Amino acid sequence: MSRINSPAELEEFRKGILSKRDPNKPCITLCSGSACHASGSGDVAASLEEEIKKQGLSAEVDIRRTGCHGFCERGPIIVIHPEEICYFQIEPKDVPEIISQTIKEKKIIERLLYTDPETHEKIIHESDIPFYKHQERLVFGSNGSIDPKSIDDYLAIGGYAALAKSLSGMSAEQVLEEVKKSNLRGRGGGGFPAGRKWEGSRDAPEKIKYVIVNADEGDPGAYMDRALLEGNPHAILEGLTIGAYAIGSHEGYIYVRQEYPLAVENINIAIKQAEDYGFLGKNILGSGFDFIVKVHQGAGAFVCGESTALMTALEGRAGEPRPKYIRSNIKGLWDRPSVLNNVETWANVPLIINKGADWFTQLGTAGSKGTKIFSLVGKITNTGLVEVPMGTSLKDIIYKIGGGIPGGKKFKAVQTGGPSGGCIPEDLLNLEVGFDELTDAGSMMGSGGMIVMDEDTCMVDVARYFINFLTDESCGKCVPCREGLRQMLKILTNITEGKGKEGDIKLLEELSETAKEAALCALGKSAPNPFLSTLRYFRDEYEAHISKKQCPALSCKELISYHIDPAACQACMICLKKCPAEAIVGGKNKIHVVDQEKCTKCGTCFEACPPRFGAVKKISGEPVPSPIPEEDRIIIRKSKEK
Amino acid sequence: MSEILLQIDGQEVGAREGMTILEAAQIAGISIPTLCHHEKLEPFGGCRLCTVEVEVRGWTNLVAACIYPVAKNLVVRTRSEKVDRIRKMILELLLAHAPDAFELQKLAKEYGADKNRFEKEASFCIHCGLCVRYCAEVKKKNAIGFVDRGIRKEISFVPEIASTECWNCKECFPLCPTEALQAAFVLTRALFVASEK
Repeated sequence: MSRINSPAELEEFRKGILSKRDPNKPCITLCSGSACHASGSGDVAASLEEEIKKQGLSAEVDIRRTGCHGFCERGPIIVIHPEEICYFQIEPKDVPEIISQTIKEKKIIERLLYTDPETHEKIIHESDIPFYKHQERLVFGSNGSIDPKSIDDYLAIGGYAALAKSLSGMSAEQVLEEVKKSNLRGRGGGGFPAGRKWEGSRDAPEKIKYVIVNADEGDPGAYMDRALLEGNPHAILEGLTIGAYAIGSHEGYIYVRQEYPLAVENINIAIKQAEDYGFLGKNILGSGFDFIVKVHQGAGAFVCGESTALMTALEGRAGEPRPKYIRSNIKGLWDRPSVLNNVETWANVPLIINKGADWFTQLGTAGSKGTKIFSLVGKITNTGLVEVPMGTSLKDIIYKIGGGIPGGKKFKAVQTGGPSGGCIPEDLLNLEVGFDELTDAGSMMGSGGMIVMDEDTCMVDVARYFINFLTDESCGKCVPCREGLRQMLKILTNITEGKGKEGDIKLLEELSETAKEAALCALGKSAPNPFLSTLRYFRDEYEAHISKKQCPALSCKELISYHIDPAACQACMICLKKCPAEAIVGGKNKIHVVDQEKCTKCGTCFEACPPRFGAVKKISGEPVPSPIPEEDRIIIRKSKEK
Repeated sequence: MSEILLQIDGQEVGAREGMTILEAAQIAGISIPTLCHHEKLEPFGGCRLCTVEVEVRGWTNLVAACIYPVAKNLVVRTRSEKVDRIRKMILELLLAHAPDAFELQKLAKEYGADKNRFEKEASFCIHCGLCVRYCAEVKKKNAIGFVDRGIRKEISFVPEIASTECWNCKECFPLCPTEALQAAFVLTRALFVASEK
């Protein structure tokens, strides 16, 4: 491949790619993101190739292994173009039928289609499925149509046009102005306006400047940056290069978790390709602008997502935040001006340059423009990655796109913003998502994690879980965070174990104040949020745990008991046989009783008791009823009397 | 060098560009408590005991005096109800590790900190990093460092370096505010001697 030396050559080259592609030629796209890979898309891909060869269709059908489509709950997913027929949960055994029926005969295979849970209708096209229909996939949408290992695929959908436009038609100031005007805010957590950050670096006197991609995604349950890096790495490279041009940087870094092997592989391939094509390196597209990108693999510390810790780690030292009162866009990596933005933020940049800030600002709320990708997980029917315009209500995300709570359970709260985010209760479900809106509700946007919780979730335990995560992931440098979290975890654990004392809430509040006001970095300052937001909306649960020794969600093991209602028990032996602790006494036709001394509260009996009996009860905060006398436990069955 | 005028506790104080609030206060004879600060070492900002209130454009913020740079017309309050409350909490958190450390006890008295507020923890180290940083920055030996992170973080000597460098130095010993360092050193030495046998 010879280098592309000008925007005109790029357009010629693009035309060449498109002319060789027939839009009507059947193309099978298969999701090969990490989630689908785990559910077997590798085997499906192998079967597809083999079957197409076997049926002699190699020349007539294309296979494209794409990045994540987002609907991870139903993976592996294939979409057959041009008809856009969408099949879910494909196994290798389905492949011969797909080729012989759908590809050859143009027949739909009903059982592989999506069934609407409400109407029970089968849906053929991706865009008609509620999960996709209610989304606005501007950044994430291309994932489904390109092979991330192919730069030609990216060029075929208009890739690097924004870079060409910036370098040839716009001055660096104009690019900066456009991004400022778009009011693009950082997608990684803080929500700081990207344009203002860039401007600070551009205006800083130091000559050498850096641009950095923060791909140290570490929130439990969040994987949108991973999916973008794996599925569309060139979009991030293009955004980064445009940013470098705007601020006058010639060197960029991608700080990516080493735990994301596919993302590391794909971004490295993309860099190599972009260098070969002349989108990176010296004199990019003949503009005279030079820019190189290096990949740095992080060693898996959550705190390295914090900007100064990330830069310390990039410098080759232990990833600890540095005490800063000078912003890193002025004095960052090696004390030089450094613009650090998250993966998704960079991926938005080509869109803004291509379509303009005026187009971008049409989407979203007054303070938050554009779209946001959320990782929708937890007690939700449609687990996956969703992209919606800012300002979409939580209710629409959870019910229209997410399909609501499975198992007929009741919604309780949604946790947003990662470990240091907060929980938002049911009466705020109409909240429109945006940076300021979520902060006002006591949570935050964070990088876009969204964990849905149902009525069985104990909010005190949720706070304990996240504080526990943070005690592990704190760097341990400053006292309010390291020691404060240590004590908060102890108190919260005590409360969930029924050892809570009067005054615990007040002490937790004081520890929270110290961390919030005096901790060194953003991780420490926001670390008390899981406690503070659950206290704000679920104080009664804390009080029930402490004063009544009761867990209202019937979740905290130390505070619940299982017992068998003698009036409902049919002495069917099911729970008795299944109990792993042999804690159920009784026999055939003899009412069962839970031996509270032996019971490990694993809940097996509760799950095993047939719903038509519903004899096993879970209780909290009240004494276990005494077992009925031995002689009253015999059941005399009517049928046997006859 | 141009002089920057700022106000600390109502007193007009002159400082040079690049100085921290702590340095400016020290020159003016205003005392701000510290645990991890040492004049020979780079500011660390770890103990947060030097937390003070600053007023910037009408906003009141809490900042670490050992790092925060002086600025023209900056208004600093080294004591307030909130600052004292936070210092008291920091001391109580540290007293759980080193209840008998003289320096901590002295400060505890001033701020009314209760050394029994939190359950005692076995480690005596308060992670001020004085030993680690002194060895790295002044001695340039890196014989001692932090290992692990979060609540499991601790100081540890590197046996290979310590066995050759530490015997005749031990300059970090008197820096330790809680005597934890000696214990750690003795332990490593014991382990090292044991491994050689």
